[in-house]
Order: sequence, then structure tokens, then C-alpha cells
Amino acid sequence: MLEGRKVGKDISGRREFLGTVTLSVLSIIPSFQPSHAVQDSLPDSGPAGKLWDPARAGPSIPPTTAGDNNAAIQAIEKRLKCTCGCGLDVYTCRTTDFTCPVSPGLHRKVMAMAGAGMSGEQIIADFVRENGVVMLMAPPARGFNLTAYLLPGLAIVGTGAALVFAILRWARRSRPAEATAGVTSAAPATAAELDQLRHELDSIDA
Amino acid sequence: MTLLGGLALWVACLLGVWGALTGLLGASRGRADLIASSRHAVFALCGTLLIAVLALQVALFRHDFNVEYVAAYSSRNMPTFYTWSALYAGQKGSLLFWAAVLSVFAAVAQVVTAPRHRVYLPYVGAITCLVATFFVVVMLFGGANPFERLPYTPLDGRGLNPQLQNPGMVFHPPMLYLGYISITIPFAFAMAALLSRRLDVDWLVAIRKWTLLSWLFLSVGICLGMWWAYVELGWGGYWAWDPVENASFLPWLTMTAFLHSVMIQEKRGMLKKWNLLLIIGSWLLSIFGTFLTRSGVISSVHSFTQSNVGYFFLAFLVIAGTLSFWLYARRLPDLTAESTLESIVSREASFLFNNLLFVGIAFSVLLGTLFPILSELVTGTKVTMGPPAFNRVNIPLGLALLLLTGIGPLIAWRRSSLPNLRRQFAVPVTSGVLALLVLLVAGMRDPFPIAAIALGAFVFATVVQEFVRGVVARHRQYGEGWWLAFGRLIARNRRRYGGYIVHLGIVILFIAFAGMAFKTETEATLRPGESATLKSPYGWTYTFTHLGISQYDALNRQVTAATVEVARDGRNIGRLITEKRQHVDSRGQPTFQPSTEVGIRSDLREDLYIVLAGVVNGTEQAVYRFTINPLVWWVWYGGLIVALGGLVVMWPGGGAPAVRRAQAGYAVKLVAERS
Repeated sequence: MLEGRKVGKDISGRREFLGTVTLSVLSIIPSFQPSHAVQDSLPDSGPAGKLWDPARAGPSIPPTTAGDNNAAIQAIEKRLKCTCGCGLDVYTCRTTDFTCPVSPGLHRKVMAMAGAGMSGEQIIADFVRENGVVMLMAPPARGFNLTAYLLPGLAIVGTGAALVFAILRWARRSRPAEATAGVTSAAPATAAELDQLRHELDSIDA
Repeated sequence: MTLLGGLALWVACLLGVWGALTGLLGASRGRADLIASSRHAVFALCGTLLIAVLALQVALFRHDFNVEYVAAYSSRNMPTFYTWSALYAGQKGSLLFWAAVLSVFAAVAQVVTAPRHRVYLPYVGAITCLVATFFVVVMLFGGANPFERLPYTPLDGRGLNPQLQNPGMVFHPPMLYLGYISITIPFAFAMAALLSRRLDVDWLVAIRKWTLLSWLFLSVGICLGMWWAYVELGWGGYWAWDPVENASFLPWLTMTAFLHSVMIQEKRGMLKKWNLLLIIGSWLLSIFGTFLTRSGVISSVHSFTQSNVGYFFLAFLVIAGTLSFWLYARRLPDLTAESTLESIVSREASFLFNNLLFVGIAFSVLLGTLFPILSELVTGTKVTMGPPAFNRVNIPLGLALLLLTGIGPLIAWRRSSLPNLRRQFAVPVTSGVLALLVLLVAGMRDPFPIAAIALGAFVFATVVQEFVRGVVARHRQYGEGWWLAFGRLIARNRRRYGGYIVHLGIVILFIAFAGMAFKTETEATLRPGESATLKSPYGWTYTFTHLGISQYDALNRQVTAATVEVARDGRNIGRLITEKRQHVDSRGQPTFQPSTEVGIRSDLREDLYIVLAGVVNGTEQAVYRFTINPLVWWVWYGGLIVALGGLVVMWPGGGAPAVRRAQAGYAVKLVAERS
């Protein structure tokens, strides 16, 4: 439930961001693939063997690039909705529904825009300009959208304040009434009644 | 058999109408013959709908693919285990399941209701018959008849969606359905109380077990749904604020509010109007959830196929809501409170604020779920309400609720004095503050997880303090051993201490949710023998080595299994297997897109979650997503503890009244001590 709140936080080091993005864009081109893009514990191992029936493993997918693991890219993608109809954000869709025909394209587009030097906010603004605010996983907190963000809290605070006011009023009213009731109810108790009450309480304790 | 099933639906429809009419007329005119007839109609309705369920099950197990529903949701090579669950996997079957289970609950209510509450039963029978009839009408006239036949007979069926072929899906939907459906019984009693003008606490006593049962089913159903989403969907989380998830959460919130506020009505005769509203609201929300799942009005990964049954549900929702609130408004003069709150520092006031938060969160979730439609209606702009939007609004509200979970039990009924408050709050507040300091010193800076853990410590200390005081009091009073005193403390006051166990489960859930803030993940493409590493939030490094891929055939699927060896800080801790499954029918023809099976290794600290994304160019070079999810195991433990607490609360018995009175002596002393 607490996921998704780190969105936008990781785009802090501009130089580091641009560096990683440039690398990731270059890594798409095979000849520019940096040697450390894939951690290979057995560098001398030969090419991977063919599967007996590749069709069973689903559609072939491209190898991971550095951009796929780039926190800044992921943060942007977590704010954008995949348009395939799954309701997930681009990052979750492309890393969950491996048959989705849309999210890999959106991912490539984000990487290309980042590679072109656009900031996270500019990339998101561009997607919104092209597709509308429906592209955002959370609508911007302005205009009518404020209703969704503020109304529940305001309703709770408002009702809470009204409750506090009402309870304080009831409490003020009940005190004098209780004091009067205390005097009148204590008066008629006879010694015999008190004895009986004590006896009954003793029997419960036993 | 399917002919019998179809016929049973028509008979059920007539029986439902008859039961409703005779029940209402009999109760309003005091006609014993009509009342008896209505009661018999309830039993007959139950029998007929069970025959319909049996007929559909027989068709499923006999692979009668001429029945459209059987061809759509089962296949010859599907495991038997899942053939049973095909009953409620599709729209039509689930409607039949709904109606049948409701009719069973209605019949049980007629049998188990205590003699002193039988005055409500004719109305209860009528209302339950009306609701069950609605579902039968949807099947017969809404194009959702599960016994509909095809003009031809396919050689094999399509089978169940691969994601539904998981043990979680066998138990999760029925549990949720049982939760949704059983709310109808408290609702029927509430309507009976309004119709008969018997609005004292009697109807509340009559529904106590039903509300708990419904809450318990919803709680277990929601937790099982989270588990299923986690192990099956492969996105590495368990709650995504999907509209259908929200639909199950809404009645749970209002029912939980009711379980708290009903205590105030029982003890002080207050909140009568509010409690009725909560029951009516919970039932309407359960129907709303059903509408949301079946109408296609909001897109969701969980929704059934879009169909026109949504219009039926919308009409039913509007009519039932209007009639319920009209009746409620007519009875308002009979619903005056017998006393008022005496202090803002009282248990009653804290319950009131707790109710405010529960209902406030329900409102927030409902608003968020419907906001895309509202926004389009008002501004003409489509928006998306994804997890970030829900989290922004609901996490602070949830934390405020957690705070109240700790405060409520510490405050006395009616009024608390300052010395009493000091004595009660000292240990829990100290625990909360200590936890906060430890987290800050440890370097945690994320405000929400810090708040969740610190407040969790506060509530945990509250619960422990309550148990310790109770046990010590019993030990002193009766000379019982510590464990015996502990057992009897719970057994003699199941409602109170069962409730505390539920609170404990909620604390564990909140802390587990906070753990997800420290989730880490990476993607890697590996050839056999290659490794990728990932650092855990606990500081150690995991190394994942791709061993290879094997392919083999299973009962109804062709499997591509990738094996990964896992080492923690260089020490081998085992192997994980993640799969791609291509489901096929009995002739080997693919039925669905390939699905993914996640490889999970769980321990109390964190889960390793490995997903085979796919292979590169049909080779053994595999693309993986490796995720470390902290504290996930605690979500399931928390859910179990919540369910256990619920069971304790609703467990019948508790000793003879005389014994209970005697054993409750310590409570009198405690109250005296406190004041």
C-alpha cells in the first residue's frame, strides 16, 4: 500500500541522471553496449543453447539494458499509465505483463526522451500533452481533482470538529443533571438496602 | 441435469416472490398461516437453488460443452480441484452461487434465530427472498442464465483462465462472496426492526453473530485475495487499489465501524440511528461492489465480462437504497438516544471518532474509485486514480485510525480522570516514543513507515498492557496459574480480548505494509551460469545465478521452467524456479496467452520474488526480474491473527451466566481501581 510514494524523488542528481540516460540510450545499439551492462560471472561461457520449443516460453523479449534498471526512468514510468487497458503504470505493466504490446513501446519512448535531455517533469508533461491527464497514475492536485485529495480529509476534520463541539455541549448539560440525580438517588437508600447490596457484591466476588 | 437446473431457476423465482409476499403480508396482518407459508418458501427456495447449483456442477464435471458456461470456463484436462471453482469463475455461475448461498443463509437464519427474536423472522424471510429473487431474475431475464445451451457442441472447452488456476482463487472468491452475501441477513433484520417498529437492542443482539461472521468472511476473503495477487499476478505487490479490491474493502470498513459502534448502543443506548445507517450502508456497498464488478462501468483487471446485468444491479441499488432510506427516515422519531455522551475523554467518544475515521476512509475510497467517472461528468476530462493517488489520501487516514486503535482501549467508559489517563497511557506512549527514537537513530527518514512502526509499538503496548492487567487480576483474585489465567481471561470475555487480538493483527499488518516502502528490485538478462546481484534493505547481498531452462508437459499446460540458484553474502541458500506456462486444451491447442509463475522464497524478514520475464530469441538466455519485498510474510500472519481474533469474538459459549458473572468479578475491581 505504501508503494509509489517515492515517485520523483530519485531524479535529484542531474549529471548522474543524464549520464545514465545517455548510457542507456547508447546501450540499445549493440555496438555501443557497455561491457558492464550485463553482469557475467562466467565471461567465457558460450552462447546460450536453443530451447526445445521457444513458442512455449512466450514471445521473445530483448535483453535488459541499463536503462531498464535506471531509477530515474522507473520513477517516471511509475507516474505514467499504460494505455493497453490494464490499469497499471508503465513500469509495472512492462515488468509484469510480458505480452503487453504497448508498455515496451512507452518505455522506449521515455528512454528516448530522457536521452534527448528532457527532464522527468518535461517527459511527463509531454505525455500529458499528447494523451491527456488520463496518462497520469495520480491526477494533478489542482482544480476539480482537489475534490478527490482534500474532500475526505476536510469532511473528517469538519465532522470531527462538529462532534467535539456537540460532545462538549452534552457533557456540560449532563454534569448538573447527574449531580442532581446523584443527590436524589442516594437519599432513599436505606441501611437494609445497602446491606443487601453489600451482600450481593460479596457473593459475586466469591 | 441442465434442464432440471433451468427449471429450478424458474421455480426459485416463483418461490422467492411467494416467500416475499406472504412474509410481508403475514407479518403486517398477523396471519400465522401466511407467516408459516413464507417460512416454508424460504426452505424451498434454498432447496431449489441448491438443485440448480448441483445441476451446473454435474454439467461441469461431465464436460457437457453444449452448455455455454461449461465450454467457456472448463476443459477436459483441467484439474478437478479447479473444475469445482469454475462454478463461480464466470459471471453467470457466480450469480447462481450468490443466490444459492444467500438462500442457505436465509434458511439458516430461520432455524438458528433464538425464540425471543423470532418476531423479526417473517420480515427477514421476506427481505432475503426478495434479494435472492433479484439474483434469479438477473439470471433469467438479464442474459445470464448459466444453463444456456450452444447451437453446437465444441470438442473441448476453453478452460479456466490460468491466473484463476491457483489454490488462492479456489478459496478467495467464495470467502468474499460469503462476506458480501451474509451482510444481507443483518440488513434483513435491520429492515425487520424498522418495519415492525421494534427498534430496541433486540435486533442488534439477533444480528451480532451474523455481523461478525460477515466481517470474518470479508477479512479472510480480502487477505486471501492479497495472497493470490502476490503469488499469481507477478507484479510483486498485494494491493493495488483496483476498483474491485476497493469494492471488497468498502463494506469491510463500514462493518468494522459497526462492530465498534454497536457496543455503544448495547451499553449506553446511543447511536441507534447511526448503527442502522451502517448496516444499511454496508449492504448497499456489498451490492455496489457486485455492480462494479459486473457492469464494466470502471475498468478493472478483476472484472467479469461486460454485460447488461450492470443495469439490473444499478436499478436494484437505486430502488433498494431509496426504499431503505425512506423507511429509515419514517422511523427516525422512534430512534432517540437513551443517554448522551458525558465527556470527550471517554470510550464512547473514542469509538465515535474511530467510526468517523472508518466511514471517512470508506468515503475516500469510494470517491477515489468513482472519481474517474465524476471527473468526466463534471469537467469532461478523463483521469486515472492509481495507487499513488489512493496512498496520498488514505495513508494519513489509516495512520490516524491506527492511533485511535491504541487510544480507545485505554479510556474508560463514560469519563476518564487525569490520574487514570496517566496510569493507562504511560507504558504505551513510552513504547511508541522509544520505537520512534530507535528508528530515527537507525537512520530511517521516510515519515510514513516511521509513523506506522511507532504507532504500531504504541498499540502493541496497549494490547499487551490490557492482557497483563487482566491476567494479573485473575491471578490475584482466583489464585490461577498465569497460563490458566490467560486462557480464562480470553474465554470469559471473548468479545473484549478477541477484539484485542484483532487489534494485534492490524498492528502487524500496518508494520508489514510499511515494510514495502523498502522494496528493492532489478532486472537482468542472464545466460546459464551468469549471475546478478541485489542488495537487501537489511544490508546483505543476494546473488542470483541462472542455472538453465527446462521444458516439459504437465496436465493442462506446457511449462518452461527457469532455475535460479540463490546465495546470500556468498552462502548458498537454495534454488528457486519460475515458470512460463502455456495452457492448452486436451488436443494440445493453446487456450490463453502464456502466463508467469513466480518463484518465491519467504522468511520472516523478506521475500525473494523472481519472475521469468521471457527468453531472448528462443535461447536459454533468460530475462529476469528480481525483487526483495521486506516483511511480506507478516501480512499473512497479520491476516491470520485478525481471523483468529474474529473467531474468538464469535465463538459461542463462554460458560454459564452465573460462572461468567462470578469470573467477571475482577472487572469490577479493575473499574474501581481505575476510577
